Amino acid sequence: MAQVSMTVNGKAASGEVEGRTLLSSFLRDTLQLTGTHVGCDTSQCGACVVHVNGEAVKACTMLAAEADGAEVATIEGQANADGSLNVIQQAFQDHHGLQCGFCTPGMVMSAAALLKENPTPSEAEVREYLEGNICRCTGYHNIVKAIMAASGQDVSSIAAE
Amino acid sequence: MYNFDIERPGSVADAATAMGREEAQALGGGQTLIPTLKQRLASPSVLVSLSGIAEMQGVCTTDDGRVAIGGATTHATVARDAAALYPGLADLASHIGDPAVRNRGTIGGSLANNDPSACYPAAALASGATIITNNREIAADDYFQGMFTTALEEGEIITEVRFPVPEASNYQKFVQPASRFALVGVFVAKFAESVRVAVTGASNDGVFRWSEAEAALSGNFSQSAVDGLSLPGDNMISDLHGTGAYRAHLVGVMTKRAVTAAG
Ligand SMILES: Cc1cc2nc3c(=O)[nH]c(=O)nc-3n(C[C@H](O)[C@H](O)[C@H](O)COP(=O)(O)OP(=O)(O)OC[C@H]3O[C@@H](n4cnc5c(N)ncnc54)[C@H](O)[C@@H]3O)c2cc1C
Ligand code: FES
Ligand code: FES
Repeated sequence: MAQVSMTVNGKAASGEVEGRTLLSSFLRDTLQLTGTHVGCDTSQCGACVVHVNGEAVKACTMLAAEADGAEVATIEGQANADGSLNVIQQAFQDHHGLQCGFCTPGMVMSAAALLKENPTPSEAEVREYLEGNICRCTGYHNIVKAIMAASGQDVSSIAAE
Repeated sequence: MYNFDIERPGSVADAATAMGREEAQALGGGQTLIPTLKQRLASPSVLVSLSGIAEMQGVCTTDDGRVAIGGATTHATVARDAAALYPGLADLASHIGDPAVRNRGTIGGSLANNDPSACYPAAALASGATIITNNREIAADDYFQGMFTTALEEGEIITEVRFPVPEASNYQKFVQPASRFALVGVFVAKFAESVRVAVTGASNDGVFRWSEAEAALSGNFSQSAVDGLSLPGDNMISDLHGTGAYRAHLVGVMTKRAVTAAG
């Protein structure tokens, strides 16, 4: 066992981990931050996407020890300071960007990473960026629409299909 | 996963020492290794993480005009920082897997693994790159030795990869949508004297150079030069995603597209 320390959603966090402890299990089991979902555990679905030093990564495919000293952001830290939903989260609600919600934490974290890098993406760019985020409910359309809306673009022409 | 220790050295020298421990294995971005460990297909007793070694990070140009990439540089960094130096290579890196995979996966890990459907082996072989390890330099033509097999010795670490920059180049990948790897991928690199063509995803022997297309394209760098050419051997991968004949056909199609896109 070894001690790891990191900043999670702006707060210091530390704990004992084994070499094999995944970042996803450190977040969920040690820190009790269960908003980061584990859908596949095989690097395919993106439900576990968090940010490590500002970059989107799959928490199920990173060892907790590798995040020692890093700044980690999870879905729990995304709301505004007053507890209201942030722009991306609110857009998911407004545009019905979720059904069961299982994929949503990863979708929101991927969307946040995309909009930081590319503040006004085209629809094609949004779809390409979500290559590693799988949703088995929505058919993606409203997720894409929500992200376009969150970027401040007019989505009235993106008709629901 | 079986359990293991982790070492996080800060220099290549310390990493090489750590790799001397019994059953040590290098950890790049873990995008291949962690899934492998989860399936218990590997059981190292210590993982030597390369992510904290500054001298293995980044992209630059050497005095002789080659593009040098540190062995622990992520695909996302290559996509961004090599864009102006070697656009064909940066474009390939920008289409590996998905954004989260590109933020962790590294060039050294990809070349060490030599998956028969991986993208970087095609770029390294078509460019005539040099793979630099903690002990020696290996020419790409000698490095790839079949599926998941390379010239690397036990414990050897890829510290850097140097790419001669072609006049024009392009990589065309026919995506296998479930895995996001290449069902077939072709990298075409046009140099002043010759053209090199490397094919990934297609052969049971892993990445290979298509010499007939190289000869034809060296004389006439156009789509029509590829018409009617045949592929070496009949050792194409056949699986549920496509037959060998289908892959062989795709190699021709992807080569033509790459020639057109390279311009
Ligand atoms: C969903 C998904 C999609 C993907 N799609 C693609 C794709 O389209 N194209 C593609 O090419 N790849 C794809 N990959 C693979 C990805 O590019 C991996 O990042 C890469 O193959 C391995 O790099 P890594 O740094 O993660 O290495 P690791 O997983 O850490 O290691 C892989 C192997 O290389 C060894 N190793 C690592 N670094 C070094 C080094 N510097 N020197 C010597 N040995 C080393 C390790 O010991 C291990 O045996 C995908 C992966 C996933 C999960
Ligand atoms: S749980 Fe990590 S990618 Fe599916
Ligand atoms: S809303 Fe159910 S998986 Fe996406």
